[in-house]
Amino acid sequence: MANTSPTLEFKSSTFFAPILILYTNDMIAIEQTLYEKINLAPDFFKDSPLMIDLRELNKLNLDLDFAQLAQLLRRVGFFPVGIRGGNEQQNKQARVLSLPIDTVRELGNPIIIGETQKQESTQQPLTQPEVAAIKEPKEPVQPAAIPPVSATTILVTQPIRSGQRIYASGDLIILSQVSAGAEIMAEGNIHVYNTLRGRALAGVHGNTAARIFCFDLQAELISIAGDYKTSEDLNKQTYNSPVQIYLQNHALIIKEIA
Amino acid sequence: MARIIVVTSGKGGVGKTTTSAAIAMGLAKRGHKTAVIDFDVGLRNLDLILGCERRVVYDFINVINGEASLNQALIRDKNCNLLYILPASQTRDKDALTHEGVGKVLDELSKDFGYIVCDSPAGIEKGANLALYFADDAFVVTNPEISSVRDSDRMLGILSSKSRRAERNEEPIKEYLLLTRYDADRVKLGEMLSLEDVQEILSLELLGIIPESKSVLSASNAGIPVILDEKSEAGQAYADVVARYLGEKLPHRFIDGKQGFLRRLFGGRK
Ligand SMILES: Nc1ncnc2c1ncn2[C@@H]1O[C@H](COP(=O)(O)OP(=O)(O)O)[C@@H](O)[C@H]1O
Ligand SMILES: [Mg+2]
Repeated sequence: MANTSPTLEFKSSTFFAPILILYTNDMIAIEQTLYEKINLAPDFFKDSPLMIDLRELNKLNLDLDFAQLAQLLRRVGFFPVGIRGGNEQQNKQARVLSLPIDTVRELGNPIIIGETQKQESTQQPLTQPEVAAIKEPKEPVQPAAIPPVSATTILVTQPIRSGQRIYASGDLIILSQVSAGAEIMAEGNIHVYNTLRGRALAGVHGNTAARIFCFDLQAELISIAGDYKTSEDLNKQTYNSPVQIYLQNHALIIKEIA
Repeated sequence: MARIIVVTSGKGGVGKTTTSAAIAMGLAKRGHKTAVIDFDVGLRNLDLILGCERRVVYDFINVINGEASLNQALIRDKNCNLLYILPASQTRDKDALTHEGVGKVLDELSKDFGYIVCDSPAGIEKGANLALYFADDAFVVTNPEISSVRDSDRMLGILSSKSRRAERNEEPIKEYLLLTRYDADRVKLGEMLSLEDVQEILSLELLGIIPESKSVLSASNAGIPVILDEKSEAGQAYADVVARYLGEKLPHRFIDGKQGFLRRLFGGRK
C-alpha cells in the first residue's frame, strides 16, 4: 500500500517550565530546600521540566559544579531542560551536558532557592489541551490587564476530568466541575462556575493581575502568576461558597464573594 | 446499524467483564441481536463467564489478521441464540489490536447486530483506548471506593477526548454510571463511599447499583451470566440496568441493602 503520510512535521509551540533561581551554590542546602518544595506539592513537581537560572548566583560571584547540580535535579525528580543567565564557562558546561541555553528574556515566576519565605513557580503546558472540540468563541479579553497577544477566551461546558488539561491564552471560563487530577491554565483569569477540585493556574505568563473565581473551592492547587497554594494551605471553610483569588504582594488572597 | 457499548473503568477487578456478560445477555434476551467482544488480549475471561471457553476455535485477533472470518470466530451462546461472543486471544501480542483492524470488525458486525458490547481491559493504555474508541455509549463501571472513582473520572476524560466521536466532533459518547460491588452495610459504616459521594465526583446518569453478591461468583463458576439468576439481587440489578438503558423508568434498588424484617416493620428508610 502506498504510504503518503509525511515522516515528520515541525510546529511552533510554547513550552513553559518552572524556573529555578539559585541564590547559593551549597548543594546540600539546595537539595534540602528542593525536597521541602517538592513535599509541598509532589504531583505538581513530579517529572517537571526545569529551567535553571544562574543570574543571581553569578551576581554573587558564586561558583557552581554544574554537572553535579544537573545530577541532583534529576535525582530529586526534575528534568533540567536548559539554563539561562549563565556565564561563558557555564554555557560551555551546559553544552557538554546537552542542556540548551536560553537567552534571558523576562524573568518568569521562579522557584526560589536560598531564600526562605517565598515559594513560587510557574507551570508548563507541555502539550496542547487534550480536550478538543471546546475551543469556542474568540473574544478579546481585558485589554488593560493582559498583554495583547491574540488572547482567546475559552469556554468549556463539559466536565474537566482527571488527567485532562486545558490551556487558554486568554481567559478560561468553565461551567462544569473540574475534577481532582485535572489541570486548567490560563494566561488571563479563570472562572469556574462549579466545583474546582483540580489544579487551577491563572496568569501563567506572569500576569499578576489575573484572578481565579470559583463557586466551590476544593482545589489541589491554585496559582496566580506563579504564586501558589496547595490544598494543604487552603481553608476548608471556603467549601461550598463562591470565592475569588487574587495576588497581593506575592500572597494569594482568597476572599468570599458576598 | 448497531449501537456500540463500551464497558470500561480504568481500574481492574471492578466488574467490567461480569457486567459485559450480563448486559449482553440481557439485551439478547430482550430480542436484540447482540455481540460481546473481549478486548482483554492475553487474559481472556469473558468466554469463561459465558461458559463457552471450550468452544473457542478462532478469536478476535484471528479475524483482524484475516486468518478467520467473523462468522467462523463468533460463538453462539448456548442459552440465548441472539447472543454471540467474540473471544480474545490468549496467546497473541496486544499489538495485534489496531485501530484499522478493530474498526473493520465493528463495521462488519454493525451490519447485522443491534448491539455490540465491548469488554474493555483495565488500564488507560492502548487496549482500553481501542475498546472505547468506536463507542456510542459507555458504561462506566465503578466501585464505591476512591481509587476506583478517580480512575473512572480519568476514563471519562479519555472518553470525551480520544474517541472517534470526539475526533469527528460528533455528539459525544453517552456516559452512564454503573456502581458495582456495592455493599450497603459497609457504606453505612463509612467504609465505602455512598452513591452521593460517588456522584459528587462523577455526576453521571446512573444506570444501576449492583450489590456485592455471592451469586456473582457462583454464576461465573457455572459459566452462566449472573443476569440469568433471576433470584439473585445482582441478577435483578443487571436486569434493571438493561431495562433502564432501553428506556424504561425504574426506581433504583439496592441502595439501602437488604430490607430486613424489622426495618420493613418500622419503616427504616432514610
Ligand atoms: N457484584 C459483585 N458481587 C460480588 N463479586 C463481584 C461482583 N462483580 C464482580 N465481582 C467479582 O469481582 C471479580 C472481578 O470481576 P470482573 O468482572 O472480572 O472485573 P474486571 O473485568 O473489571 O476486571 C470477579 O471475581 C467477580 O466475580
Ligand atoms: Mg475483565
